[in-house]
Amino acid sequence: MTSFRLNGHDISVDVPEDTPLLWVIRDEIGLTGTKFGCGIGMCGACTVHVGGRATRSCITPVSAVEGADITTIEGLDPAGTHPVQEAWKDLQVPQCGYCQSGQIMQAASLLKDFPQPTDEDIDAVMGGSLCRCMTYIRIRDAIKKAAAVTGGEPSNG
Amino acid sequence: MGKLGRMGFGQRAGGEAGNGVSRRGFLMAAVGAGVMFGFPAVPRASQQFPATGLPGDGAFEPTIWCAIAPDGAITVNIIRAEMGQHVGTALARIIADEMNADWSRVTINYVDSDPKWGLMVTGGSWSVWMTWDVFRQAGAAARIALTEAGATLLGIPAAQCTTRNGMVIGGGRSIGYGDIVARAHPTRSFTPDELAKLPLKPAADRHLIGNKDLKALDIPAKTNGTALYGIDAKVEGMVYARPKMPPTRYGSRVRSVDDSAARAVKGYQRYLVIEDPSEVVQGWVLAIASTYSAAIRAADLLKVDWTPGETINVSEKNVIDHGRTQIDRKEGGVMVFDDKGVDSTFAAAASTFSQDYTCASVLHYQLEPTNALAFEKDGIFEIHAGNQWQSLILPTLAKALGRPEKSIVLRSYLLGGGFGRRLNGDYMIPAALASKALGKPVKLVLTRSDDMQFDSFRSPSIQRIRVAFDGSKAITAMEYHASAGWPTEVMAPAFMSKGVDGKPYDPFAIAGGDHWYEVGPLRVRALSNDLANRTFRPGWLRSVSPGWVSWGLESSWDEIAHIQGKDPVQFRLEHLTGAGRNKGEAPDSTGGALRQAAVIRRVAEKAGWGRPLPKDTALGIASTFGQERGMPTWIACAALVHVDRATGIVRCQKLTLVVDAGTIVDPDGARAQTEGAALWGLSMALFEGSEIVGGLPRDRNLNTYTPLRIADVPEMDIEFVANTEKPTGLGEPGTTPIAPAIGNAIFNAVGVRMRHLPIRPADVLRALKEKGASAA
Repeated sequence: MTSFRLNGHDISVDVPEDTPLLWVIRDEIGLTGTKFGCGIGMCGACTVHVGGRATRSCITPVSAVEGADITTIEGLDPAGTHPVQEAWKDLQVPQCGYCQSGQIMQAASLLKDFPQPTDEDIDAVMGGSLCRCMTYIRIRDAIKKAAAVTGGEPSNG
Repeated sequence: MGKLGRMGFGQRAGGEAGNGVSRRGFLMAAVGAGVMFGFPAVPRASQQFPATGLPGDGAFEPTIWCAIAPDGAITVNIIRAEMGQHVGTALARIIADEMNADWSRVTINYVDSDPKWGLMVTGGSWSVWMTWDVFRQAGAAARIALTEAGATLLGIPAAQCTTRNGMVIGGGRSIGYGDIVARAHPTRSFTPDELAKLPLKPAADRHLIGNKDLKALDIPAKTNGTALYGIDAKVEGMVYARPKMPPTRYGSRVRSVDDSAARAVKGYQRYLVIEDPSEVVQGWVLAIASTYSAAIRAADLLKVDWTPGETINVSEKNVIDHGRTQIDRKEGGVMVFDDKGVDSTFAAAASTFSQDYTCASVLHYQLEPTNALAFEKDGIFEIHAGNQWQSLILPTLAKALGRPEKSIVLRSYLLGGGFGRRLNGDYMIPAALASKALGKPVKLVLTRSDDMQFDSFRSPSIQRIRVAFDGSKAITAMEYHASAGWPTEVMAPAFMSKGVDGKPYDPFAIAGGDHWYEVGPLRVRALSNDLANRTFRPGWLRSVSPGWVSWGLESSWDEIAHIQGKDPVQFRLEHLTGAGRNKGEAPDSTGGALRQAAVIRRVAEKAGWGRPLPKDTALGIASTFGQERGMPTWIACAALVHVDRATGIVRCQKLTLVVDAGTIVDPDGARAQTEGAALWGLSMALFEGSEIVGGLPRDRNLNTYTPLRIADVPEMDIEFVANTEKPTGLGEPGTTPIAPAIGNAIFNAVGVRMRHLPIRPADVLRALKEKGASAA
C-alpha cells in the first residue's frame, strides 16, 4: 500500500511498488490529463508536481512518492485559470494539445524558480518538454506573458 | 479500472458492468474519477467543443452538416480529425459565416464514422479546400430556410428580410434563429442541385471567415487536462494489451511463446498470438493484463521465437541503392509528365546537369503512441481511437474481423498528433482481433518503442534531376526521377493517380516534381521502390513527397543558377512565366506560376536578399507550390543560417516565409500551422532522420531520435498574401521549402553543397574538408 496526497486528496493504492506513478494516476486513479509519451523521461508529457517540483511521472516509481504531495494538471488551479493556463489560452498555444499538460506543469514550475525567466532560462528548463506540433514560439511567448502577469516585466536578456 | 472501489471511492459514474455501456455511460466512465474528485472542469462529452452537448428534440437540420436547436444553439458536424489544426473551428467559421450565425452559439461536433458522411479522411492539407464549397452551400441553405420561416413569422415577404448575427431582420423587427425553429418548425431540405445553385455571400460581407479575434473552440480543454484522446478511452471490464513486436514488419511467424517469466507479473493474464485475415498485422503476440503497466512488463518478459520475414537484413543503403538502380534503368516507373522532345533535346544539348539527392527515413513520433480500444456491443463492433482515415481502415477491419463494415463503428477522439501516422489505422486491427478472441473489451496501447519499430514512416528516397542546356547555358529540357516507397500503392491503391502513360502511380511519392517552372520539354518519372514496400509499411508523413522532392528540386535550382552565374531569386523568376500548362486554372490554381513568382519576390524583399552578412552567414531561398498542382499553396522561404566551420554545426537564425493560400479562413490557425510545419521542415533538415537497420528503423525513442526542441527555434517572420481566391491547404506546405532553403544558405555561407537529408554536422565538416582539399 502506498499513500500520498493528490490534488489535495488522500490516496492509498495497492499496486507493485515499482509501478510508475504515471500509470497509477492514469489507470488507478483515473485522471487522464497526465500523458504517456516516451516512457523514458525524455518528452515531458507526463510531468506532474511532486512536492512542488516538476517530475516525470513515467520514470517515478510510486514507492518514491510515499507521503508526498502531488499535483496534476487537473489540480493546478481549481478553475483551470492559473496564469500559465490563461496565457496558454490567450496566445492559443496548444495545437494537438497532447504535450500541453506537461508543458503547462513544467512552465508553472519554471515561473516559481524564475519569476522573470530569460530566454536562456526557458531554453534550459523547457528543453525537456517535446512538442511535436512545434508550438515552441507560443510556449515561449506564453511563459513570458504569464511571468508579466504574476511578477514583473519579462526579461529578454 | 476496477480498483477504485478498493480505494474507497465507491461506484464510478456510468459504471454499468461489462459491455453493456451506453455511449454516454462510456464517456462518464472515462471521467469518473474526475467527477469524484470534485473538479469543476470535467468533460461531459469527448468530442464537442464547447462541451454543451448535442441538440435535443426539435432541432432543424437543413442539411446533414448543421443543426439549429430551438434555444438557438448551432451544432456543426465535423467529419475531419482534430489533430492540432483546429479544423473544427476553421470549418465551422465557413458554415456559420454563410448562415450569418451568432458565433457564440456555435458548437463543433466531431462525429463517429457513418456512411452518410462520405469519404472520411483528414490529410493532404485538404480539409478547408475540400469543405469550402460544401459548407458555404450548407450555410446558405440554413440562412435561406430560416429567412423564409422567419419572414412568415414576421408577416412580411422573405425578400424584405436580411440576416445578421443569428437573427432574421425585416420590417423594423427581428427574430432569432432559435425562436424561428421553436415556433415555425421549419423542415425545408435541399437537393444537391438546389444547394449548388444557392446564392453565396460576397467576400466583403464575411464576418467570421478571416476574423482575427475568434479563438479555437478546442483549446480550453487542452489546457486543463479534460481533453480526451484515444489513449484516454476506457470502458468497464476492459483488459489492457501491449504487443510484442516481431523482428520484421511482414512475414514473421511465431514458432513458440514462453510466458513463464511473464506469469510472475501481478495482473498478467495471458498472451495471445494474433492471426489477422487482412494480413496487415503479421506475427504479433499480445500480452494481456489487468493494468497497462503490467502489460508493459509482461510483454518485456514474454519469450517469443519467430521465423523472421525475408527483409530481416535489409538496410537503408539497400533501399537507396535499389532506388538508384531503378532510376539508372530507362525502363520502368510511371510518367507523370512526358513532353514531346525530351530525348531529342537532351541528345542535342551543348551540356547537361545531373545530380542525385537523397533523404533518410523519417519517423512520425506523434506524441500519443498508437492505441485503440475495441469491443462488441449489441452486434456492433466499436473501435475507440484517434484516426485520420476512417474510410480506409473500415474495409480492412471488416476483413480482419470477418464481419460487414456496417457492423463496425469508429468512435472519434482527439489525436495526440497525426502528421499522417494515423492515416494508417493498422493499430486498430490487433485490438479488434484480441477483443473478438477474448470476448471482452481490449485496450491496446503501444509503448514508444513498439510504435516506432512499426511506424509507417517516410520512406528513404532518391531523386535525380537532369537538365539540358543550349550553347548559351539556357535550359532546354528537364528530367525529374524519384524512387521511394509508395504508401498509397501499399495501403490505398484506389487513390493512385494515372500517369500520361495510363499507368497508376502514387501521387504522394512524386508530387512536387511536377513543378511550375518553364523548362522546355519536361519528363517526370515516378518509381515505386518495391524493396521499401516489402520491408516496411511506407507512410504518409507531414508534407508527403513535396517535403522531400523540394530538397532535390530547389537545391538543383540554386546549383543550376550558380552554373549560369545567375542570382537564384532572379533565375527562378525568369522561369516562372505562367505560360502553357503553368498559367493555372480557376478556381484552384488561378494565376498559376505568377503567384509563385510573387511570393518569391516578396520573401526576397522581406528577408533583405543581397544584403551584406557576417562571415559564414548567409541567406538561402527556396519555393514550392505546397502539396499538389491541383491545390497549390504558393510558398517561398528565405533561411538565414550560420555555419560553424570548426564543428560543422548549422544554426538557423531566421526563417522568413511568404504564403499565398488564397482566402485565409482562420488567420491565427493558419499562422500556427505554418509555424509548426516550417519547424517540422527545419527539424527534418537538421535534427531528425532515421536509418533502416536489419529491416527496421534503428531509432526507438528520444534517446537516439532527436527532433527539434525549443532552444533550436529560430526567429520567424510569416506573411500571408491577402486575396479572396479559393482557400488551399496550410497544414503541410510550410514544411516544404525549408530544407532546400537551408541547404542553399549553407552553400552561400561556406561554399559546400549538401545533397543528403538530414544535414548532420559531420557531413558538413566532411564537405568542408573535401572542399579545402580540392582548393589546395
